[in-house]
Amino acid sequence: MTDVAVPNTTRKDWASDQEVRWCPGCGDYSILAAMQMLLPELGVRRENTVFVSGIGCAARFPYYMSTYGMHSIHGRAPAIATGLAVTRPDLDVWVVSGDGDALSIGGNHLIHAMRRNVNLTILLFNNQIYGLTKGQYSPTSEQGKVTKSTPFGSLEAPFNPVSVALGAEASFVARTHDMDRKHMQEMFRRAHAHRGAALVEIYQNCNVFNDGAFSQISGRDQRAEMLIPLEHGQPIRFGADGGRGVAMSTDGHLQLVDVAEAGEAALLVHDETREDPGLAFALSRLARGPFEPTPIGVFRDVVRPEYGAGMAQQILDAQERKGPGDLATLLASGGTWTVS
Amino acid sequence: MSTVIPRQTKELDRVVVRFAGDSGDGMQLTGSQFTTVSSLFGNDTATLPDFPAEIRAPAGTLAGVSAFQVHISDHDILTPGDAPNVLVAMNPAALRANIGLMDAGGTVIVNVDAFDERSLEKAGYTANPLEDDSLTGYTVYEVPMTSLTMEVGKQVGVKPRDAERSKNFFALGLVSWLYSRPVEPTLEWIATRFAGKDAVGEVNTKAFKAGYHFGETAELFESNYQVRPAPAEAGTYTNVTGNTALAWGLIAAAQLAKLPLFLGSYPITPASDILHELSKQKHFGVRTLQAEDEIAGIGSAIGAAFGGALGVTTTSGPGLDLKSESLGLAVNLELPLVVVDIQRGGPSTGLPTKTEQSDLLHAMYGRHGESPVPIIAARTPADCFDAAIEAVRIAVTYRTPVILLSDGYLANGSEPWRVPDVADLPAIDVTFATEPNHTADDGSLEFWPYKRDPETGARPWAVPGTPGLEHRIGGLEKAHGSGNVSYDTGNHERMSHERADKIAGIAKGIPAVEVDDPDGVGGAEVLLLGWGSTYGAIAAGARRVRARGLAVAHVHLVHLNPFPANLGDVLRSYRTVLVPETNLGQLVRLVRAEFLVDAQGIAKMQGLPFHAAEIEAAVLQALGEDIAEPGITARGNAEGVTS
Repeated sequence: MTDVAVPNTTRKDWASDQEVRWCPGCGDYSILAAMQMLLPELGVRRENTVFVSGIGCAARFPYYMSTYGMHSIHGRAPAIATGLAVTRPDLDVWVVSGDGDALSIGGNHLIHAMRRNVNLTILLFNNQIYGLTKGQYSPTSEQGKVTKSTPFGSLEAPFNPVSVALGAEASFVARTHDMDRKHMQEMFRRAHAHRGAALVEIYQNCNVFNDGAFSQISGRDQRAEMLIPLEHGQPIRFGADGGRGVAMSTDGHLQLVDVAEAGEAALLVHDETREDPGLAFALSRLARGPFEPTPIGVFRDVVRPEYGAGMAQQILDAQERKGPGDLATLLASGGTWTVS
Repeated sequence: MSTVIPRQTKELDRVVVRFAGDSGDGMQLTGSQFTTVSSLFGNDTATLPDFPAEIRAPAGTLAGVSAFQVHISDHDILTPGDAPNVLVAMNPAALRANIGLMDAGGTVIVNVDAFDERSLEKAGYTANPLEDDSLTGYTVYEVPMTSLTMEVGKQVGVKPRDAERSKNFFALGLVSWLYSRPVEPTLEWIATRFAGKDAVGEVNTKAFKAGYHFGETAELFESNYQVRPAPAEAGTYTNVTGNTALAWGLIAAAQLAKLPLFLGSYPITPASDILHELSKQKHFGVRTLQAEDEIAGIGSAIGAAFGGALGVTTTSGPGLDLKSESLGLAVNLELPLVVVDIQRGGPSTGLPTKTEQSDLLHAMYGRHGESPVPIIAARTPADCFDAAIEAVRIAVTYRTPVILLSDGYLANGSEPWRVPDVADLPAIDVTFATEPNHTADDGSLEFWPYKRDPETGARPWAVPGTPGLEHRIGGLEKAHGSGNVSYDTGNHERMSHERADKIAGIAKGIPAVEVDDPDGVGGAEVLLLGWGSTYGAIAAGARRVRARGLAVAHVHLVHLNPFPANLGDVLRSYRTVLVPETNLGQLVRLVRAEFLVDAQGIAKMQGLPFHAAEIEAAVLQALGEDIAEPGITARGNAEGVTS
């Protein structure tokens, strides 16, 4: 908007004056802090930053940011953000959503925003439960989950959000968790830098209705053995001293191996930019749930035409071809006759 | 053109022609070209396309019949005509499906080649109606359209199958001769439309000429007819359909308001043509998004509005259902938004291609909570242009979603329109907030997104990108002024009133209703009150009543919410208020509730507009006049007229 240098800001500048009302101990606090601490580093302006959310605990997020924001209705944030992003390419538009909001009631909007590759940064807070409505199973809850609405266990197979995003042609997909601020910030930074739709799944603990859902993998003592960091161009290794890794078996499946046994050369080298999403998809399925070694980091980061830019280009092309629209010419375009 | 046998040309003041054939026979194209030529010639015209929901129902069946009715006249007309004077039937099904619309004495031109045993059977005829006495009372012309067209095709050297498809041009040529239409515009149109497809263009041209010559030379017709140009206000005219006029109105309004236009829309009959038209006009800076569903259509428009664009979504009834929750959000956000609803028969999928004033109560009440939304309704195809501008004016002035109602009849129907001078269009003032508007207790300046304009009740429109005005809006109740989330009970009551008062206050800025009563307001005993697409039929019905020396008044509403301020007084000035609607009585409920007047509904639910005669009959009945008096034809729709 102006050529004045972006002012230096601190975390405080990005926090609104509204009292944060999540339950004490909620994972959302650490995500909010990570964001408020990161934004001063991104060289962006508050007035050019917009957070759009739907409904759910996570969806209160915009109220706590001193940016522009909209707390909309259940599931619709990607659609609303699409209209904003394509008409205002000068803005940074973030979408904040949860597993119910993004993958249940709003699943259609989420997949189409990614398919179109709208310039949105989508944060999906996945706590595998409905928190705001007090504890029903969600589309990411594990099969058999006992909740108020499934007293005899959920019959439904869960969605894997990273798999869904890859299947929906997302050009950027990452996963992080609420116990590691630095990793979250790195994922947010990368997603923000990406042109097009970027989805970041955040494993987030709901300490009231689904406490410990991710503790088997994200606890401080578990991380080394249970989280598999994906690093572009590097062999995929994890475990204390990097003793374990991911390799492709002869039948094409990914498997966990001991590096000492399999040999370093057998390890899969991670390539975020691979055109074919097949390997990224296979990585997203490596763990059946957050109780097995689980990849985190950037699964995919490819260049694809951004939707809003394409829309703007079509306008420029049309204006070049026909000149800027003239109303009188338009009204006469169907053929006219004159009565005198 | 070749041999002309001198024959009498009779003058007519008006004629109603109905072209009917299979869905694949090109009847819509034929009818609209006949309309265009008549408009260019200077007639007043009004059209009624009438086509099935199926893209191609089985050929030759009643379900597959597609028709286009056009009324041409040497004077100002208001409807596509009650009963056709001429029916062009391309096959037995077209005859069977449409003959019931004709009055005795009408003219029927049939493509006799299509009346073979199989086609008759498919149409459900057990005997050939051309051979028994079932068409007694009609003047029937049997013309071998298919075989003559195929003869033309043979000369050009195209396959018989391809040649056969040009038979609608033969019919167009024949009817063009019958009504003395100039041929050049049609020949030019064929040349342009089929440019690059030489063989097709040539067969069409030759078939058209063959049809014209057939009329001239065959000894079949004793005379042809002339309908002179209608006197019209000086100016430049064009023919527009309602959907085109509406799309152009949105583009015009965006220019007047100096806002970029954004349309989020999901395809739905009969609204899709607005999406198509706006998608073509990218050089106006129009952005169109074919959304993944109806909800995303309105959602993206809301997002665009938040960013400072003119956000519009277009739909029809089932889509309006889906948009309800988002409309409620827009009410709470208090952002400008235009929701265009091209109404069609309901409930559910209902009658997708048939018209109905189905959604007034839906527009008025179809949201949870106290959720007032202004409603505008267009009354003729060309009026869709002005209605769109008015909807935008209200939306941006009052920062509110507005529902703009049109319907299938207006959407696809066309009429001549005197093209307005762009310089005469009303300005629409939009000012974005740029500065803080509130001083906090500590003396610091703040921006309050819900601090209202004392005149309009509108809140400031502060768009992202404006430094210092960062704020959050949403679906949760907002504290008055500051816009912070508030669960305070007293605040909710206050905000509910503020939202309601803002919408009610729009009445201050709209004109009083005009009363069409030659004897002055309250002069007649009966007032006809209408809204939307019934305008033409009601006005024509009123003319017919007055032509009998009787008095009737007519008021037509463009603003349905809020009503014009004088409406209550006007209604109370008449002993009897009749409200014709193509629904079971929606406006009539609103005015009865609002004004405590004993208004009576006249309902028609046939997926078709009213006939002028039906309106006339209802008024005569209310006046205690004898409907069966000779010379009046209350066309066979007794069940459709209640009073």
